[in-house]
Amino acid sequence: MSFHFRTGSRAGALLPPPAPYRPRRWADGAFRSLLTAFGLSVILLVAWIAVDLVGAALPAIRRFGPAFLWTSRWDPVHGIFGALPFVYGTVASSILALAIGVPISLGVAIFLAEISPGRASVVLSFMVELLAAIPSVILGLWGIFVLAPWVRTSVEPALSAAFGWLPLFRGPAYGIGLLAAGLVLGIMVIPIISSVSRDVLRAVPQEQREAMYALGATRWEVIRHAVLPYGRAGIIGAVILGFGRAFGETMAVTMVIGNRPQIVPSLFQPAYTIAAALANEFSEATSDLHLSALVEMALVLFAVSLLINAAARWLVSRVMRA
Amino acid sequence: MSVPAALWTQALSDALPKGKAMDSAAPERLHVEDLHAYFGRVHAVRGLSIGFATHRITAIIGPSGCGKSTLLRCLNRMHEVVPGAWMEGRVLFDGRDIYASDVDPVAVRRRIGMVFQRPNPFPTMSIYDNVAAGLRLVGFRDRRALDGIVERSLREAALWDEVKDVLGKPGTSLSGGQQQRLCIARALAVQPEVLLMDEPASALDPASTLKIEELAKTLRATLTIVIVTHNMQQAARVSDSTAFMLAGELIEFGPTAEIFTRPKEKRTEDYITGRFG
Amino acid sequence: MRAPAAATERRRRIVDRVMTGLTLGAILVAVLPLASVLGYVVLQGASALNWAFFTHLPAPVGEAGGGMANAMAGTLTLIGLAACVGVPVGVLGGLFLAEAGGGPWGWWIRFTADVLNGIPSIVIGVFVYTLVVVPMKRFSALAGGLALGIIMIPLVMRTTEEMVRLVPLAIREASLALGIPWWVTTLRITLRTATAGVITGVMLAVARIGGETAPLLFTAFNNQFWQSRLDQPIASLTVQLYNYAIAPYDDWHRQAWAGALVLMAITLILNVAARVAGRQRVAGGR
Repeated sequence: MSFHFRTGSRAGALLPPPAPYRPRRWADGAFRSLLTAFGLSVILLVAWIAVDLVGAALPAIRRFGPAFLWTSRWDPVHGIFGALPFVYGTVASSILALAIGVPISLGVAIFLAEISPGRASVVLSFMVELLAAIPSVILGLWGIFVLAPWVRTSVEPALSAAFGWLPLFRGPAYGIGLLAAGLVLGIMVIPIISSVSRDVLRAVPQEQREAMYALGATRWEVIRHAVLPYGRAGIIGAVILGFGRAFGETMAVTMVIGNRPQIVPSLFQPAYTIAAALANEFSEATSDLHLSALVEMALVLFAVSLLINAAARWLVSRVMRA
Repeated sequence: MSVPAALWTQALSDALPKGKAMDSAAPERLHVEDLHAYFGRVHAVRGLSIGFATHRITAIIGPSGCGKSTLLRCLNRMHEVVPGAWMEGRVLFDGRDIYASDVDPVAVRRRIGMVFQRPNPFPTMSIYDNVAAGLRLVGFRDRRALDGIVERSLREAALWDEVKDVLGKPGTSLSGGQQQRLCIARALAVQPEVLLMDEPASALDPASTLKIEELAKTLRATLTIVIVTHNMQQAARVSDSTAFMLAGELIEFGPTAEIFTRPKEKRTEDYITGRFG
Repeated sequence: MRAPAAATERRRRIVDRVMTGLTLGAILVAVLPLASVLGYVVLQGASALNWAFFTHLPAPVGEAGGGMANAMAGTLTLIGLAACVGVPVGVLGGLFLAEAGGGPWGWWIRFTADVLNGIPSIVIGVFVYTLVVVPMKRFSALAGGLALGIIMIPLVMRTTEEMVRLVPLAIREASLALGIPWWVTTLRITLRTATAGVITGVMLAVARIGGETAPLLFTAFNNQFWQSRLDQPIASLTVQLYNYAIAPYDDWHRQAWAGALVLMAITLILNVAARVAGRQRVAGGR
């Protein structure tokens, strides 16, 4: 006896039975293999990117070695490439972005998670997310024509007047420069730091808060002493994710940072980041070595983004899982 | 819950259909041999052997967690769908072990159908499409034949008159009781020979419950039915034989009338009289 | 027990109010740039938008007038190409994670998808450059589409996995119990039930890649003319916007604002539509 359709033994069945249905046993396995292949393709892709970048950067790696990262002369004409100005610009603008963005993001996260009522929280969260949806090139456009002039005419003179004795705030006010880039990047990291932090804060168990309230603490004291410490690891993870967003950012930065490869302490001065250099020089690279050096910088971005992602995800998951 | 035992058994025997002779010579459609079912390390069904007679309704009763749903799901190879679930033993369908290595579970499930506790019509499909799903999705295309099969299945499920003018509406637009009858029609459309019902009326109101019970009794003529229920009056009203399970084991099995009026095991009697469960 | 001093009490209350005020201030500071950007885009862009913008090609340097018609068409082409890569890989990969992604493989795939998501988009552009542009010896729409497609993959994968997981087990079991094979159940029942959510995810991904500029700079490059061949450079709204913004001509600046308005409008519409659709499903479903 085989397992296929038989006619029903219903009394009065006048309709012909459906054709015998023979299920194909290999179809399930084949489909599962197909899905697995597509799932694994992501791993393959990232591995391929890594291998490809290393391969293209090899000429520059062999030529300059690790000194590539701390030599500051970038001279396409003579074939000498040192990435330090770009590394400096990237790190400086990212740190500045965090200095501006983290306090604001924390304030936003605390407000949304602890203070604001439900409905307002939804609307405000949506607006902060909308900030993340603005394409980077539009933020750059706004940066050139709105932010930079404002920085040049209001912010930098004010800083110069108050703190001009610091090397950070010395020199003429261009508008375009490291400060403007830091501001734009600060705006761009707010959505991600605040949304991850908000989720982390929401995941703090209610008992922690209640224990503090029961001791007679004010709401702020509960936040400061019970909620924030509990979520500290996750918030650090959020900040790291923000850092990752900032240093890989290309368009908005290259439009307001001035694109001059120099290492000067003043924030009013123009600078250059790795991503901006790639954006500007890649299509016009003059020699194979030039291209290879650029790819090596891209490799640096890739490697750092990998580390940052791993570290941040691990930190955030520790709080969310517990 | 201190109803005197005599009153209790009287109520149950009143619920039994009168004048029904138990046909003990009815052949067995399904036969379970020494079935053990596990979820990982949890031993849910322990060494159970039982036979289900053709064209009869067998009820499986027992307290929650006794393994009755697990047993049911072993009968159409749905148990193995859960990750980490496995079993040992044999289930013979017309003499052939459905767990033999050359048997395709998909083919088994077309001949042994199932109705679940909560009505689960496919949400993106109309009433017509729901009933036709079992046939269409495996390649059956003939529209006229499908129309006929859908109508017949809905009639068998006692739903045709209520939905014949609205076959295009979503399956989820019906009431709970209607949805469950829709699921029964869907299961009947593929013409199974056995129908497994896992507490089919427990999520429904009393009126719908009675309709489902009437339905089961009608379908008995053409199908073999196994019904899991936690409602003893339902088991008494509907079934020809009843099996009582406790902690994964089969405690007692026999004609329904005997189980409810003269149970042989003390544990059976305790359960029926409401001392536990 | 001594009651705390009234002065301490007052100080604590003041600190609490000040801190609450500061967090409220943080929200306002965060929303301010949003308002400013949207405001300027709408005001500056609206005054520069005209019919010519949507129908004309860019005018030669120094001449007034012209439009971004080819750039908008180019962006659509690039999105179409990207979807050819991003949607199949993302949806099928997300299906894998939802149906069979419980074990260690699933963890690694999710982790790698996160990594892929975090790679700066310009690095993806560099990758596609070495992969496609160099062998082809020219910039092309295909290269640009591939770069955008790669960026789409982790986004679509994540949302697909979430949406497919939401399909109740009962629906899948009902299908299996009918004797429908697992692969037909997964495609025709499970995925079909999750379709609306998956489309929402694709819309969000499209909104994201529509605004990408960096990976196109040296893959699709740019083009001042209409383009129908896929192996040639192609214009895009974002790259054109960038070029106009950094150029010294006022007329081009005005057109850049107009382009920003169009881009912003499309991005916002896609985002809002996706969220509204997502909310309706959750509310109307079971």
